[in-house]
Amino acid sequence: MPLELSEVSDPIAADQEYLWTLNFGPQHPATHTTLRLVLTLDGEKVVGAVPHIGYLHSGFEKLGEHLDFNQYVTIVDRMNYISPIANELSWHHTVEKLLGIEITPRCKYVRTIFGELMRLHDHLLNVGAVALDLGAFTAFLYAFQQREKIYDISEYASGQRFHSSYTRVGGVLFDVNNDWVEKVRKFVREFKPVHAELHRLLTRNRIFIDRTKGIGVLTPEDANNMSVTGPLARASGIVRDLRKDEPYLAYKDFDFKIVCARGGDCYSRYVVRMQEMLESIKIIEQAIENIPAGPINIDAVTDITLPAKPAVYRSIEGLIQHFEVLMPNRGFPVPLDEVYGATESPNGELGFYIVGDGTVRSYRARTRPPSYIHFAIFPHLIRGHSLSDVVAVLGSLNIIAAELDR
Amino acid sequence: MVEANTTVADLRTQFGNELTESSFRDNHRVHVPPEKALDVLTWLKEQRGFDMLVDITAVDYLEYPDATDRFHVIYLLLNMTTKERLIVKVPVNLPDAALPSVVPLWKGADWMEREVYDMFGIDFIGHPDLRRILMPEEFTTFPLRKDYPLKGFGERHNFPVLTRAES
Repeated sequence: MPLELSEVSDPIAADQEYLWTLNFGPQHPATHTTLRLVLTLDGEKVVGAVPHIGYLHSGFEKLGEHLDFNQYVTIVDRMNYISPIANELSWHHTVEKLLGIEITPRCKYVRTIFGELMRLHDHLLNVGAVALDLGAFTAFLYAFQQREKIYDISEYASGQRFHSSYTRVGGVLFDVNNDWVEKVRKFVREFKPVHAELHRLLTRNRIFIDRTKGIGVLTPEDANNMSVTGPLARASGIVRDLRKDEPYLAYKDFDFKIVCARGGDCYSRYVVRMQEMLESIKIIEQAIENIPAGPINIDAVTDITLPAKPAVYRSIEGLIQHFEVLMPNRGFPVPLDEVYGATESPNGELGFYIVGDGTVRSYRARTRPPSYIHFAIFPHLIRGHSLSDVVAVLGSLNIIAAELDR
Repeated sequence: MVEANTTVADLRTQFGNELTESSFRDNHRVHVPPEKALDVLTWLKEQRGFDMLVDITAVDYLEYPDATDRFHVIYLLLNMTTKERLIVKVPVNLPDAALPSVVPLWKGADWMEREVYDMFGIDFIGHPDLRRILMPEEFTTFPLRKDYPLKGFGERHNFPVLTRAES
């Protein structure tokens, strides 16, 4: 049971000699990635936590100022590597907003399907990893088996399982075909029984509930005040989903619900993620049967998208077009202005703030990383709980250190 | 998006005409002089219900065409009730690049301001714990400034090396 916050945050008690310090991380199985917590403990009770981050900082935003809009997608991939294409969607959504491009209906549908597959990808890992940290190994394996199938789908479309670098300005790398559609259909069919099984393993599991219910409670007021978005905010009862509030891609066309819970604890976050998976499946089912025909990339004459490879090899126009886009002194016209664009990534609002200076490189490419903002609330959530709850809370926040540090 | 325009109009009657506005695509921006930044942000939070601070970031305009100020600190605000967004841009210049902290208004600003300080060297006066967050403590420069080269100044060679015995 959580203790009264006033009792442990007393400044005089914090100076007492009986408090001891525990270094949690940077290498610890339950942090999953590289981050460090310095915990102050009173017996087993956590009275303070100071996160230390930056172990994986690799200057992504600086690199974004030196790579062009298509090249930077490979870096964006490596931010939240649990759901790589969700990052690409957000990056190119913002770039296209800056350039004022409207992508084709077919591309919107394909990107939407990938966006939802990535949501499943991320939530599966999170549900599995939370269960694993709390001692339930089976659920983790069930979840990972399904993630393998999503890897296959993304390999089939882009050629790479993990860091697919699939989207391009004004379109995607390769068009999808009927085999891919069939693969997604098969995945959707096979996913539902596995999801039901995960439910049976965890949702009413006594041990799992004891470890997660009432742990790390985040009130709606605090969630707003601390900039929390995504499943974390929805688990605290905030009805906010960019797919509904600021519809992008093809989300306007589909029938789905925003999943919310009132608890605000680790268990509510688990339930929200589980239910969101079903909503994602619903979206994929609707989208996959209605992919519009027509081109996937916007017209090549606009100097923005690369022409198809057969056109490059077999016609002089295609070859000229190819060089027009790729040569450093050509490229497409970029406005001298700046724009913020955001999408609902599996982890929350993933936004980019891009400043265009007329060249094909962004002058500034700021990422609003949900993991970074969510990790900042960790000391607030853990105060007053016991040491063993650290892994439960950490797991439920879904911190991806590559996105945390960039 | 009519909402945003009335907000900016009200802001100008409240705080004077130095506040200018601009917009691009669906982004609405209001440019606020640094000495009025905290008052404007407080007013926006308390009178206009911008209860969520989506992000704080900064841009170094050193090499930007026709730029007049060195940095802009950018506050992305969101009203959770009306879902209205507003961007507040505050110019900041060297040598004493500093702004009042907004942590008392939004607790979420804590790490965002620390990152801006870490990357650009802009001070936030009144911040409870302004330390470097992503870069190591030994770092002396600010890597996202435009006069900092992509490959760095060679700081890595000057970092203290811990031997096994010392650790």
